Amino acid sequence: MSKILIRGAKVLGGEAQDVLIDGETVAAVGTGLSAEGARVIEAGGQILLPGLVDLHTHLREPGREDSETVLTGTRAAASGGYTAVFAMANTFPVADTAGVVEQVYRLGKESGYCDVQPIGAVTVGLEGKKLAELGAMHDSAAGVTVFSDDGKCVDDAVIMRRALEYVKAFGGVVAQHAQEPRLTEGAQMNEGVVSAELGLGGWPAVAEESVIARDVLLAEHVGSRVHICHLSTAGSVEIVRWAKSRGIDVTAEVTPHHLLLTDEMVRSYNPVYKVNPPLRTERDVLALREALADGTIDIVATDHAPHPHEDKDCEWAAAAMGMVGLETALSVVQQTMVETGLLDWAQVADRMSFAPARIGRAQGHGRPVSAGEPANLTLVDPAYRGVVDPAGFASRSRNTPYEGRELPGRVTHTFLRGRATVVDGKLA
Amino acid sequence: MMRHLISAADLTRDEAVRILDTAEEMARVADRPIKKLPALRGRTVCNLFFEDSTRTRISFEAAEKRLSADVINFAAKGSSVSKGESLKDTAQTLEAMGVDAVVIRHGASGAPYRLATSGWIDAPVINAGDGTHQHPTQALLDAFTMRRRLVGRDAGIGQDLAGRRITLVGDVLHSRVARSNVDLLHTLGAEVTLVAPPTLVPVGVEAWPCEVSYDLDAVLPKSDAVMMLRVQRERMNAAFFPTEREYSRRYGLDGDRMARMPGHAIVMHPGPMVRGMEITAEVADSDRCTVIEQVANGVSIRMAVLYLLLGGNESDAPNPRTEEK
Repeated sequence: MSKILIRGAKVLGGEAQDVLIDGETVAAVGTGLSAEGARVIEAGGQILLPGLVDLHTHLREPGREDSETVLTGTRAAASGGYTAVFAMANTFPVADTAGVVEQVYRLGKESGYCDVQPIGAVTVGLEGKKLAELGAMHDSAAGVTVFSDDGKCVDDAVIMRRALEYVKAFGGVVAQHAQEPRLTEGAQMNEGVVSAELGLGGWPAVAEESVIARDVLLAEHVGSRVHICHLSTAGSVEIVRWAKSRGIDVTAEVTPHHLLLTDEMVRSYNPVYKVNPPLRTERDVLALREALADGTIDIVATDHAPHPHEDKDCEWAAAAMGMVGLETALSVVQQTMVETGLLDWAQVADRMSFAPARIGRAQGHGRPVSAGEPANLTLVDPAYRGVVDPAGFASRSRNTPYEGRELPGRVTHTFLRGRATVVDGKLA
Repeated sequence: MMRHLISAADLTRDEAVRILDTAEEMARVADRPIKKLPALRGRTVCNLFFEDSTRTRISFEAAEKRLSADVINFAAKGSSVSKGESLKDTAQTLEAMGVDAVVIRHGASGAPYRLATSGWIDAPVINAGDGTHQHPTQALLDAFTMRRRLVGRDAGIGQDLAGRRITLVGDVLHSRVARSNVDLLHTLGAEVTLVAPPTLVPVGVEAWPCEVSYDLDAVLPKSDAVMMLRVQRERMNAAFFPTEREYSRRYGLDGDRMARMPGHAIVMHPGPMVRGMEITAEVADSDRCTVIEQVANGVSIRMAVLYLLLGGNESDAPNPRTEEK
């Protein structure tokens, strides 16, 4: 059956409507649509969003398939309501050639759960010394549009300038992991009251802010666009706000965990809270929420960073940085932004679908829910309340800080070009 | 008494005083011809040292043996740890072998806390120094030394350090000794001042219960005890201060500076001392310097901690009133 009628869903949180999917596209949106020949999904009380798009995912394949594969990662993405993810380049080997990005792209196509758009490395081997073949990656079957050394900062100002200039030729964007390396040597958590007490190396806010300040000025100087990954400090928000007011073409993202968690959690020395950039203070969290609400921060990106159990079940210093996020992102955004009144669902659609698709130039994603558009859709039950149990994750890894925590909302259905990848909260 | 000893900050005033009082009793054992108590007979204590520290390990070992415990010394170097075995696996192996307590020294801040709280083992955990976090038995032995010198051996029983003014000088940023001492001395009622170049004071220190000064000469005349902290020479490469000579001039303790301290004031150092830089030989070798006493007191404190954590029978403890004839 190729027709599906979603009945009575609040499209982008608005009035209840029916949405008819026919094949790979949305055939009609309206009230009282005929269910003839269609499978009906009763969606009263649920929110229908465009399929979510994650501009910042680590799928680990090739090289660390013990943490995640493209298949398991895209299954996790579908579970979280995503229909497209951008896969970061810090794989083994690094995605710095047309060959590697095409491999990841092909694996995504084969997975069938979610479109995978590979991100290409800015520099060869993420070493920050020599530009990777950015044009070849763009011209490959993968059609790379976003370039990032994420996990490492492009800290050489000349290399960063050249990258920003070079990608203008094909409309690319450089996504910067802002971390001044010398200021963060030995850093293990946010520098402040808690790090002083715990005796853990401090990651000062200025190490992020100084790089962002430099990069927005470089982007202005060369007339290019720059995207800032995972903003984590109130100061970073101020710099991006200033840059936008000046007309600089900068976009920025925040992770769900930086909208909810603070460095106070590190007092447990539990490595599930070890992440880069580190969890910051309550003041930073509030500034990030406000900035996402007023549009200073354009999007929510998960920075989904899967790690095997043994890489986290150890002492803090030995633990890997990062946490999984695809399957809990929307719930955290609902709790921190919707239930606090900072965003409505239409704005959630913007921050988690329209805008990331626009920044990454994802074809067929982040489109309006209207007739003729690709049927990439996500249905959410906002009334649901449940305790997070990582045993049920589709991701191969379980390194979540939310285990045992109650979070609101549940993705009940996800559709990728009209095909249900999630049905009644379970992978199809 | 608490189940583990991870941080000096975890001790209440009464718990800390109880440890100091018990240590005073334990100290008398050292004066006996046979320096041994039966308190931990049949108990096995493992000294789990992931980081080199001869003096702390020997101090714990001496304390354990004086309490008649069976002792297992585990050094990470040359062990399965160097072949990649994790802290968790190592701890669980030891527990399977039936250890009753684990004394752990680790280069990573928080490793003893993880060991004690992650469910990996059940045995009590005693932190013998973790990264730049805590070294609680060092703080206890320092407080014990101060109480003996500033209050008196017998007069000190049941007493804290209320109103005493203690100054810690040097590399606070990288010092687990400083963190532990600030916490414990505050709990015991002392007024603590940290003196260091601003580069060696942690961001966030404003939340600590102490004062901070960059001027050693201004603080010395009002100090009852001055504790010099070890400065690691490799710090100079990271531009924490310009030269060893400049550091010594501004923050080193020499005879002239010691003369500005009140007559009763003592000089302390957790050792090992960098003579000439942190402290001159004249000061280190003076009667006011308690470095050797601190070492001796360390054994008494560790005996007290082991005894109290392992639930030693009160009747096994030496009674000061009957011991002294």
